[in-house]
Amino acid sequence: MLKQSNLIYLYDGSFDGLLCCVFESYDKKEIPMEIILMAMHQTMLFPTKEIKTDYPKANRVFASIPTKMGPQALDFVRLAFLTCYTQKELYILLFLRLGYHYGPSVMGMLTDNVVNTLSKAVKHLNNESNLLKGFVRFSVTNNALVAEIEPKNYVLPLLTEHFSQRFPEERFLIYDKTHGMALVYKPYQSAVIPIDALEIPEPDAEEQSFRELWQLFYDTIEVQGRHNPKCRMTHMPKRYWKYMTEFDRPPKKSLPRLESSRSVIK
Amino acid sequence: MDVFEKLRILTDAAKYDVACTSSGVNKKAIVGGIGSTAASGICHSFAGDGRCISLLKVLMTNVCAYDCKYCINRKSNDTPRASFTPRELADLTINFYRRNYIEGLFLSSGVLKNPDYTSEQMIEVLHILRKEYRFSGYIHAKAIPGTDSTLIAQLGMLADRMSVNIELPSQNSLQLLAPDKSKHSILAPMGYIKNRIQESSTDIIKYRHAPKFVPAGQSTQMIIGATPDTDFQILNLTEGLYNKYKLKRVFFSAYMPVAENTLLPMIDTAPPLWREHRLYQADWLLRFYGFTANELLDQQHQSFNPYVDPKGNWALNHMEFFPMNINRAPYSDLLRVPGIGINSAQRIVTARRTTTLNFDGLKKLGVVLKRAQYFITCGGKAPNGLKITQDKVLRALLSEKSLGMFHRNFPLQPESEQLSLFEQPPMIHAKLAPEDMLKCLNSPI
Repeated sequence: MLKQSNLIYLYDGSFDGLLCCVFESYDKKEIPMEIILMAMHQTMLFPTKEIKTDYPKANRVFASIPTKMGPQALDFVRLAFLTCYTQKELYILLFLRLGYHYGPSVMGMLTDNVVNTLSKAVKHLNNESNLLKGFVRFSVTNNALVAEIEPKNYVLPLLTEHFSQRFPEERFLIYDKTHGMALVYKPYQSAVIPIDALEIPEPDAEEQSFRELWQLFYDTIEVQGRHNPKCRMTHMPKRYWKYMTEFDRPPKKSLPRLESSRSVIK
Repeated sequence: MDVFEKLRILTDAAKYDVACTSSGVNKKAIVGGIGSTAASGICHSFAGDGRCISLLKVLMTNVCAYDCKYCINRKSNDTPRASFTPRELADLTINFYRRNYIEGLFLSSGVLKNPDYTSEQMIEVLHILRKEYRFSGYIHAKAIPGTDSTLIAQLGMLADRMSVNIELPSQNSLQLLAPDKSKHSILAPMGYIKNRIQESSTDIIKYRHAPKFVPAGQSTQMIIGATPDTDFQILNLTEGLYNKYKLKRVFFSAYMPVAENTLLPMIDTAPPLWREHRLYQADWLLRFYGFTANELLDQQHQSFNPYVDPKGNWALNHMEFFPMNINRAPYSDLLRVPGIGINSAQRIVTARRTTTLNFDGLKKLGVVLKRAQYFITCGGKAPNGLKITQDKVLRALLSEKSLGMFHRNFPLQPESEQLSLFEQPPMIHAKLAPEDMLKCLNSPI
């Protein structure tokens, strides 16, 4: 067994960059203590090593994963890279080292700490993307569909296929505020591109009336005798509500009270 | 009347239908069309009552020729009436769908004029959606009892799922409360749909592009607590429907009093939500855990234990089955342990191929050890320092809520005193003396 060093790897944040870290780890027979982004790098107590992204090396690692530990492991690692788990880079490296050692059975080693941690992170990612397939709310502007989300994980790659298959003839855009990226689609072409900010224009009359119809439906469908806000919150955590049409109401008219309070101040 | 008012009335009239799932079939949008479906189903929102909103659930019309006593749309009820035109409803569906508000349409209806005319109206909506908009999203259509089978066939070619509501769990109850419906008028379309689904699945083997009939299968629902039918009868009926009519789902709906009638529970009766909950738990045990209705309830025990869930109750009454060696037991046996579900059982089976499981590992796999520890061993060992007493096991199986309920219902028992399992689960509202109900389980655990 190799000794765990106190070395910190710095990589450029790409998946290929991470694969080069794996290459380096085997090449130098060392396991880093941590793998972090170059951009995040500050002067640190521990020695650091900058890993340059070298595509031939990355491709060698990439090609070896399905042959050594099965295609499922490759899918798993690619998903793990999209998660918001803070130490995902290090754990992916540790997972791949396990995989090279044990072969395809690594996918079944669910009680191992590394595999378990990564599986939980991937589960979180999948859950969030599945929820967002339902919770994304489009606004129609200029006959294009625009939506905004604020997910914890980087879910856009997982949403691409779903929405492209659902709305093949539409033009749509889903803006991920957390990661500053957007999924854009026009018939039969999709791309995930970086985007700084997005301003959704004010709804026109038609859009506004469908929003109100939906809000009316949402309010009416509840069976009052079974009101259960806690149950709703478990299924649909509040952090998703921000961009959902059914909760996007103008603040209740409290004008009379405002006036009276103003008169008191006078 | 504008669309807002229509939507309000017709949603309000449809909301007591419980089924709102969009599962059972995978489809992509067709060329030039819109819409797809996912076999797992997708929830687009959750209403204030915590129920999933997946489909635009509305009635075509709430005008009804029938007078079912339990229904808010009954002929004799004085309530505002409205009807969608097929075009209005199709446009509304597409506009909601584009904005990703919904997964599709759930279309039911009151009986306008007669069942055939109503079904024709529904077919018209589905026709506009499927043919004009080339819509491939989910459509759940209700078969109106008494509709001609050729019309049901047309509906079935357009819809993904169909359902015929059983409504009341016995012929007697049906006669009393829904005089216009009969067991036959409900079961006939159900049987017809089942046969067509089977035919269609054999056609697909022969011709690859054979049109699919109701590809997501059929479901039904019944009302709980409006009639004196017992849990045992309901569960047996459910099992029969799964086996005989190959239903995908049976839904239960706790009766919400909407009408004053001497045959029905009082208008201020609380809906029997806990009973509905127990029935759903049992329904899952039937469909995914390999239990049969007779294992969960029998002639002597006609209703569910209000405090312990059906699986826990079964385990407590079958202690000879336990403790189970987690490293050896087959998958079907693992499913019977309280605290182990489908997911954790599958993970156990996968994980034990490469390692011997211990209690620490089980925790990582998602097993609820608080419950499971009394029923399992790892390599012949029980957890360290675990004392198995009847009181402890029972406390572990009671949720916090039911423990509180237990203490409220039996104030004679101070909290420090030991809990014991009663063989005859008392009804929560039963006014029997507690000592009559507290028949202790004397067999050693």
